[in-house]
Amino acid sequence: MAAVQDTVEQVRSIDVDQYKYGFETNIESEKAPKGLSEEVIRFISAKKEEPEWMLQWRLDAYARWLTMQEPEWARVSYPQIDFQDLYYYSQPKKFKAPKSLDEVDPEILKTYEKLGIPLREQVILAGVEIPEGERPKIAVDAVFDSVSVATTFKEELKAAGVIFMPISEALREHPDLVKQYLGSVVPATDNYYATLNQAVFSDGSFVYIPPGVRCPMELSTYFRINEKNTGQFERTLIIADKGSYVSYLEGCTAPMRDENQLHAAVVELVALDDAEIKYSTVQNWYPGDAEGKGGIYNFVTKRGDCRGKNSKISWTQVETGSAITWKYPSCVLRGEGSSGEFYSIAISNGRQQVDSGTKMIHLGKNTTSRIISKGISAGKSNNTYRGLVSAHRKAAGARNFTNCDSLLIGDLCGAHTVPYIEAKNPTAQFEHEATTSKISEDMLFYCMQRGLSQEDAVALVVNGFVRDVLQQLPMEFAVEAQKLISISLEGSVG
Amino acid sequence: MAPLLEIKDLHAEIAGGRKIINGMNLTINPGEVHAIMGPNGAGKSTLSYVLSGKPGYEITGGEVIFRGVNLLDLSPDERAAQGLFLCFQYPLEIPGVSNMAFLHTAVNSQRKKRGEVELTSPELVRKVRELGKTLGIDADMLKRPVNVGFSGGEKKRNETLQMMLLEPYFCVLDEADSGLDIDALKVVSNGVNALRSPERSMLVITHYQRLLDYIVPDVVHVFNAGRIVHTGGKELALELEATGYAQYQSEAA
Repeated sequence: MAAVQDTVEQVRSIDVDQYKYGFETNIESEKAPKGLSEEVIRFISAKKEEPEWMLQWRLDAYARWLTMQEPEWARVSYPQIDFQDLYYYSQPKKFKAPKSLDEVDPEILKTYEKLGIPLREQVILAGVEIPEGERPKIAVDAVFDSVSVATTFKEELKAAGVIFMPISEALREHPDLVKQYLGSVVPATDNYYATLNQAVFSDGSFVYIPPGVRCPMELSTYFRINEKNTGQFERTLIIADKGSYVSYLEGCTAPMRDENQLHAAVVELVALDDAEIKYSTVQNWYPGDAEGKGGIYNFVTKRGDCRGKNSKISWTQVETGSAITWKYPSCVLRGEGSSGEFYSIAISNGRQQVDSGTKMIHLGKNTTSRIISKGISAGKSNNTYRGLVSAHRKAAGARNFTNCDSLLIGDLCGAHTVPYIEAKNPTAQFEHEATTSKISEDMLFYCMQRGLSQEDAVALVVNGFVRDVLQQLPMEFAVEAQKLISISLEGSVG
Repeated sequence: MAPLLEIKDLHAEIAGGRKIINGMNLTINPGEVHAIMGPNGAGKSTLSYVLSGKPGYEITGGEVIFRGVNLLDLSPDERAAQGLFLCFQYPLEIPGVSNMAFLHTAVNSQRKKRGEVELTSPELVRKVRELGKTLGIDADMLKRPVNVGFSGGEKKRNETLQMMLLEPYFCVLDEADSGLDIDALKVVSNGVNALRSPERSMLVITHYQRLLDYIVPDVVHVFNAGRIVHTGGKELALELEATGYAQYQSEAA
């Protein structure tokens, strides 16, 4: 009940009207030569001390990428990206894979401290006071530009049999696991950005949960782009073996810069029989300024494969950042009785462009999926929900429920909904509900007449609108997300 | 004794230029209940909006002194914190926000603005439950989103609950009886009457006499063409019921 009040107070207590993660860390870095070529890919692979098959895997992708076209179907517009004008690899200069936190560059530790990310194996997320002892533990993998700088709680996880480490390290320590699953959900042929990622990806997290294990804590990766003109291409691979469970959260921020930066990540999830993966994202890349200058181009491919019987994959995302968001976390419901979920809050303000949604691909019998999408557009932004729900002809008894709501704030923004529904099996049942509404002056006035300031009134109404989705986030991140939503909408009402 | 509210030569128009309030004067002392009656389109609802500061109206002249300050200088939320409460004719729905959370936020927003100690959750819940009981508002109705799917009667009871909880100095009731059956009308009027006190004043806006059988006013005004055209005691309401507004309409013109 007090959640709304908390939000209101937290909003009050933070610096508003500012992207608060916009600072830059001054640190010397070592980069690959500018531009994209076979040499650069060899350079990255060599830096990572990768096995030969890995290099070959990258080069195959690169060769394919050269023949591909940038997709143009999304409702976003941006100037042509010059892929030769980017750095594809950047690591802090003094960087050696650190064995413990004491070996991590203090400047980097300070950066994460400023961001409120707990690398010191303590769990204090901004604004959340939980008594010692009751604090949930969260293991963090911190990725700074192209490299992972720290992973916490390694020992405790190891005791449970959980593998949680940078993917570059996993390639050395668990090559068979990586080889078996990498690229098995998002193949090299998938799409332009995913193929590019396969060629040049630098780091990311690797998670393996052994059979029957319930991961003892939340796992989380925190991505930070610091370097100028540098693309970030991380690759995350999570495997939940039979009967296991894991909840994973990713967060991201970047400094404020006038030029646009490219982020093209790939996330692959594999759930075997009776396994469950819950993947939450709080995306807060720099969105650019009010005139649309700068900001991150976020072109991300996320897909989960419910490979086993009765497996379950659930995506929850809170998208507030990036100049352009192009992302469709999807579920391939292959295993009989498997289920997929997609809960999304996408907020656009200023000149942001969002084209996001999901794909639920029903292949197995009696598979179910659920989509709850809440889009909020403010300022001069455009917000598109694009979703596909399909049933293969063998997917008897497939069921989907989709609810897709859009809220408009002001009269210069746009909300669009583009659902694709394909059922090739006559027993499939798909439901689709959609609403578009405008935050009304009358509603705000009603709240203000009861004593709420205009900003509090907007926060209250928006929090009510997104409630169904916020409830899906782990508690401590829900608070964080609520705060973020309020900040994102700062100044959105006249 | 200083008046609680003084409206002096107030002029207001709707954004776009149509004049609605046209040289209105009204003084309300603490503890008094005034009724404003008049035909549809007389500007009665506009008066309630202008007093509470709804956007979309332009004040072109006059002033409104409320508890020593010029009300027109304040934002709607500041007016609320100063002790003005508007009971809406059509209360708004707020999906996803529970009634209890809304009450909590409202009470503490006002307390904060006034520099008072905020209510804790248990304090508030206790108080709301007590008040709710007198209005026939159960726990379920407090959990539901604000006004969403409420019947007309539930909405008005909910408005009355907010009013009782916020303890304003001055209540403006805009057509408080619209959408109410006779039982609900009794419940709401009982709630309103319970709030009558020597410090608290009310302005009851209605075009039917019926409501005034339950909330008995000290003074009745006839409102037409944007100002008060006639003032009398509570018997004026009965007179109007018999004769209608026609004579005052010609008077105003």
